[in-house]
Amino acid sequence: MALVDDFDPLKGKMLQILDKGGKVVAPKLEPKLPAELLKKIYYTMVLSRLADDRFLKLQRGGRIGTFAPSVGQEAAQAGSAAALENDDWTVHSFREQAAYLFRGLPLEKIILYFGGDARGNRIPDGMNVLPMAVPVATQVLHAVGIAWAAKAKKEKSAVMCYFGDGATSEGDFYEGLNFAGVMKAPVVFVCQNNQYAISVPRGKQTAAKTLAQKSIACGFPGIQVDGNDALAMYAACREAVERARSGGGPTLIEAYTYRMWMHTTADDPKKYRSSQEEEEWKGKDPIKRMRNYLAGKGIWSEEFEKETQQKALAEIDKAVKAAEAITPPKPDDLFDYMFAEITPELAGQKAYLKKALAEREIEEEQPEIKGGFP
Amino acid sequence: MEMNIVEALNSALREEMRRDKRVMVLGEDVGIDGGVFRVTDGLLKEFGEERVVDTPLAESGIMGASVGLALNGMKPVAEMQFDGFFWPAFDQLISHASRYRNRTQGRYSCPVVVRFPVGGGVRALEHHAESYEAIYAHVPGVKVAYPSGPYDAKGMLKAAIRDPDPVVFMEHKKLYRAFKEEIPEKEYVVPLGKGKLVEEGDDLTVVSWGAMMLVAKKASKLVREKGVGCDVIDLRSISPMDDKLVADSVEKTGRLVVVQEGHRSFGAAAELIARMNDKAFLHLKAPPTRVTGFDVPFPFYKMENWYLPDTDRVVKAMRSVLKY
Repeated sequence: MALVDDFDPLKGKMLQILDKGGKVVAPKLEPKLPAELLKKIYYTMVLSRLADDRFLKLQRGGRIGTFAPSVGQEAAQAGSAAALENDDWTVHSFREQAAYLFRGLPLEKIILYFGGDARGNRIPDGMNVLPMAVPVATQVLHAVGIAWAAKAKKEKSAVMCYFGDGATSEGDFYEGLNFAGVMKAPVVFVCQNNQYAISVPRGKQTAAKTLAQKSIACGFPGIQVDGNDALAMYAACREAVERARSGGGPTLIEAYTYRMWMHTTADDPKKYRSSQEEEEWKGKDPIKRMRNYLAGKGIWSEEFEKETQQKALAEIDKAVKAAEAITPPKPDDLFDYMFAEITPELAGQKAYLKKALAEREIEEEQPEIKGGFP
Repeated sequence: MEMNIVEALNSALREEMRRDKRVMVLGEDVGIDGGVFRVTDGLLKEFGEERVVDTPLAESGIMGASVGLALNGMKPVAEMQFDGFFWPAFDQLISHASRYRNRTQGRYSCPVVVRFPVGGGVRALEHHAESYEAIYAHVPGVKVAYPSGPYDAKGMLKAAIRDPDPVVFMEHKKLYRAFKEEIPEKEYVVPLGKGKLVEEGDDLTVVSWGAMMLVAKKASKLVREKGVGCDVIDLRSISPMDDKLVADSVEKTGRLVVVQEGHRSFGAAAELIARMNDKAFLHLKAPPTRVTGFDVPFPFYKMENWYLPDTDRVVKAMRSVLKY
């Protein structure tokens, strides 16, 4: 039996392999992952958490702009991305540091992006990874198209598409799932249900009991997974990826998790949720859970933790340095990527801007931006 | 009482909701959070969940449901969270809200107000800095308001809510808390479709709207110090466009510079200049010109000041028009 059969969202079942203390509660389902992969998952989770810590400091110091922290969702992201092969695709929303890092996107790129530098979106060649899609749920359809193309080209790659609970209210989400079902596209939809779309709780997004069940009307399975359990995420995603690759069509995975921090650096969660709720979820921290599991496997030790943290901090330092040392952008960059060949009108605008900057007589005072920016 | 734009808009919503029980506010995070810019702050407490509604995250849903609400006698004031997220709702605006009166030959109408933060220059992420007034104004049957200060913002939002037809109401983020203005205790309305002459001069007409009014006024001050007097006009409404006010000014000055934050091509500035061809051609002493954003997506923030028209570019345009 497949996990999607055993864990029917309509029957209120949720896949969990590790409990919140990191103890294996479903030994038969425990994926026997090699130590190296377990270490990589854990390292990515720690790196993502420490990177968010640093980003917050950089943002508060004015060195980067608004960003969306992933804190609390590291298992949902690293656990799912770990189920992919190199040639597979990931299609992203904007709160996916751990997924991006697991896929190998250099941290420097993420810092550039949140630092207002378009070069952060220049994904390195050879990676089947898309840049962040900011308009909610719009990327769901792109994932379907990419998967459809893979199928048309008879490639074996699968596509993993990330989005949040809020995205499931958008038309694009329904259209994407429906297309995927009709085309039997090799795509795995990973909905990170972090309980809030900014201030709006999951209960106000839909009257349905789960988000996972939304696949059923589109004719393919959905499963609710404890999103703070990296092993459960891996197991459900691996099964879904294999189903996709072997022609079995799409799967919807609802990662039941929690956004432990603010929506973005301009948001104040105190306005809409209780500290008691936040405390409860702290007890389910995905990193602690994975740490305890690794300790039980004899992989984790105080020494290992120290090394992991040092390695992550060094990687963050290096990335921040590289991002801040990058040459400033050029006025040409505004225009040169509009079309394969620049149009006469744009060429004229480019020449005008360069002349205006070269002959500038009046420097614009930049007034301080008052008030929060979400 | 002195208010910034956020406070002025909030007080307009409050007054209109007290005045007319049919007025309701709906959108993403407009309730308990009070809107991401706090424009709807406190409304939930005063008017309750039935009139201040946190909707599911779905712009087409918000706009399309507003069409239905309006058809059945409510006065929805819908909020789009950001300019860049409007597009799923655009289908409902262009296909239905804007057409119902005409489609049914006057039997039905769609008095929906859709308001949202627009514009750049605030170090925002992608899709949070657009100025697409031309696209909305291009839709027949839609009015487009784009105030530049607290007094007008309040009076125009009240006018929009009382308007019998759909109104797109654009609020510039950079202006939200930029400065305060005196807001009278006594109720007032600023009619849609009327521009405002904010400075007078005989040599040149400068027209702008939204946050670019700050740049236009700065440029006017600089040239005034050199003895050049400008009529500075705040267009305030993009559609209907107060071309008469501009034409009257151009008849006097013979010279026109339009400053627009939106992309250059096919924009509101181009429309205004075309109308001056129709209405004031024989008074023109120089070809009217425009200073605009470029035909590129609003850039990431390291490059945003290159995109935005600045005082230097506006003064240069003024000089070239004066020299002609």
